Amino acid sequence: MVEIVTMVGLPIDEKLMIKKNRIAPAGADPKGLKRISVVTGIHGDELEGQYVCYELQRRISLEKDKLTGIVDIYPAMNPLGIDSITRGIPAFDLDMNRIFPGNKDGNMTEYLAAGIIDDVRGSDCVVDIHASNIYLTEIPQIRINELHAERLVPLAKAANVDFIWVHGASTVLESTFAHSLNSIGTPVLVVEMGVGMRLTKEYGNQMVDGIFRLMQELGIWGGETIPVRKPMISQNPYDVSYLNASASGLFVPSVKHGARLAEGELIGLIVDPLEGRVLDEVRAPQAGLLFTIRDYPIVDEGSLMGRILKEEVCRYA
Amino acid sequence: MRKKIIYEIKGMYRDDFRITGYEFGQGEKSVCIIGNSRGNEVQQTYCCAQLVKKMKQLEEEGRIKDGHKVLIIPSINPYSMNIQKRFWPTDNTDINRMFPGYDLGETTQRIADGVFREIKDYEFGIQFTSFYMPGDFVPHVRYMKEGFTTVEDAKKFGMKYIVERAVRPYDTATLNYNWQVWDTKAFSLYTNTTTRISKTGAGQAVMAIMNFMACNDIIKYSAISEKKSRMFNDTELISVRTAKSGFYEPLVKAGDKVEAGTPLADIVNPYDGSVLETLYAPVPGVIFFIHNEPLTYANTAVIKILADDMD
Repeated sequence: MVEIVTMVGLPIDEKLMIKKNRIAPAGADPKGLKRISVVTGIHGDELEGQYVCYELQRRISLEKDKLTGIVDIYPAMNPLGIDSITRGIPAFDLDMNRIFPGNKDGNMTEYLAAGIIDDVRGSDCVVDIHASNIYLTEIPQIRINELHAERLVPLAKAANVDFIWVHGASTVLESTFAHSLNSIGTPVLVVEMGVGMRLTKEYGNQMVDGIFRLMQELGIWGGETIPVRKPMISQNPYDVSYLNASASGLFVPSVKHGARLAEGELIGLIVDPLEGRVLDEVRAPQAGLLFTIRDYPIVDEGSLMGRILKEEVCRYA
Repeated sequence: MRKKIIYEIKGMYRDDFRITGYEFGQGEKSVCIIGNSRGNEVQQTYCCAQLVKKMKQLEEEGRIKDGHKVLIIPSINPYSMNIQKRFWPTDNTDINRMFPGYDLGETTQRIADGVFREIKDYEFGIQFTSFYMPGDFVPHVRYMKEGFTTVEDAKKFGMKYIVERAVRPYDTATLNYNWQVWDTKAFSLYTNTTTRISKTGAGQAVMAIMNFMACNDIIKYSAISEKKSRMFNDTELISVRTAKSGFYEPLVKAGDKVEAGTPLADIVNPYDGSVLETLYAPVPGVIFFIHNEPLTYANTAVIKILADDMD
């Protein structure tokens, strides 16, 4: 059943509504049922989660009798952003993932954020699906703040991702949706996969398989699930090396996303289209997996072109 | 006056990105003043330009005291100003959320690092900054409570209002916060406008900084005798919020004194012109901040009032 989670009036004859669809076993009392929430669209330019929302519901509808808990689907946390191809909240030039937990008495964006938190809190698991940004493509991964690793890593292992990245705490990240809920005891898994403004159906299907497995482990799904992948897990900041552009120009990759690289292997060139020159050769500083690669070809000096997970960590998977 | 390039990145098709600074005097790094970091902070750069002009005059007249160096950087983000975009042109990141920066990081981290290396050893740091919402302010100086900048330092600007504010999580990546981590006494100077030039506002800013430098024995300047400043915490400002969205018609302006019950603004139906609500002053005081765009959303603090001091 489609419900309005929170709503505000816009200046000119329009209401901003954040909606969810609740799927529950027919006739069951929702009290006492386990609940999973699938959330996406906090950044308006990240669309990979849209397909997951659709496909998850399609597959549930084929075996609706196997559903033993509640599935809440929130496909568009930032509807104005999705509709206007804008990453942040239009008009406010504000990153929606920096305003949580919000404030019922705050401004419009804070009010919406507080309404969302109120609705999602208490879920037994929340999957917050992101799609990197328009510049970088990511393999399916879950990112976890080290403060919440103990509780979240076991859940993340069931989610069928290729990589679990436990990263350091940062005060700036305290205002994210995930941190706000994790801090009050509602576990949130932050998924990053694919690239902004595009769909990668293969990743979407992989994620849906993972959500079914999570649902099964939580007692929300009584049907069959497929065995999940064993993820690579990084807990050490030195496991990941960053490839930042040494010059402004056009980045032309010479390897595919997900390539296993030898130390020193050529990843791509930064070239100058005006004079037809090579400005830099981008090489792997260490052997490992190219789990992030730049999709948007123009780079400024400093722009991120890729990330490599070192070989030793890849081998554990 | 010495003009110097503080930081530079080679552009692909645009001219190179350059941050230019103006140095005055010789000796200890005494005061560093920063203008805009966002592309819409026009007044903030304008204030710095007026300061450069004034400092040039003082230097020519030998009125910068020995042993003091003053650095003014009118813009740390000319690329965004030139295309009229608030944040960084390619990835929309905010340079003022990247400090202290990282020389091997992403573009705006590198810019922050390049700037911060040049400015971190000054005794005093002053940044012209802007509020995240569009609006007009009563000019004031702000400092962070948890730093080691004191109200006594802030009084030397001779401004009527001093605002103390608590550190919030996002502050840890701002210039002001990081200046203090590196032992610089840091201030944020708010003039009355952001996207429009106010010559009076800029004049007040120049005077405030002249006062500050004179009181700290950096320049020879007949500073006005210290005015009685009112210091308060930013949480003391009383927000007047809209309950409706619509056209916004202000009935007062920044700096106006109001009585309790004074009508402050009407929110008007955009199609039939009827007044959806009138906002009233809940307390007597001064209009400290006021929204200045034609539309407003519901739940928006369009006006902030500094209540009359009852002491």
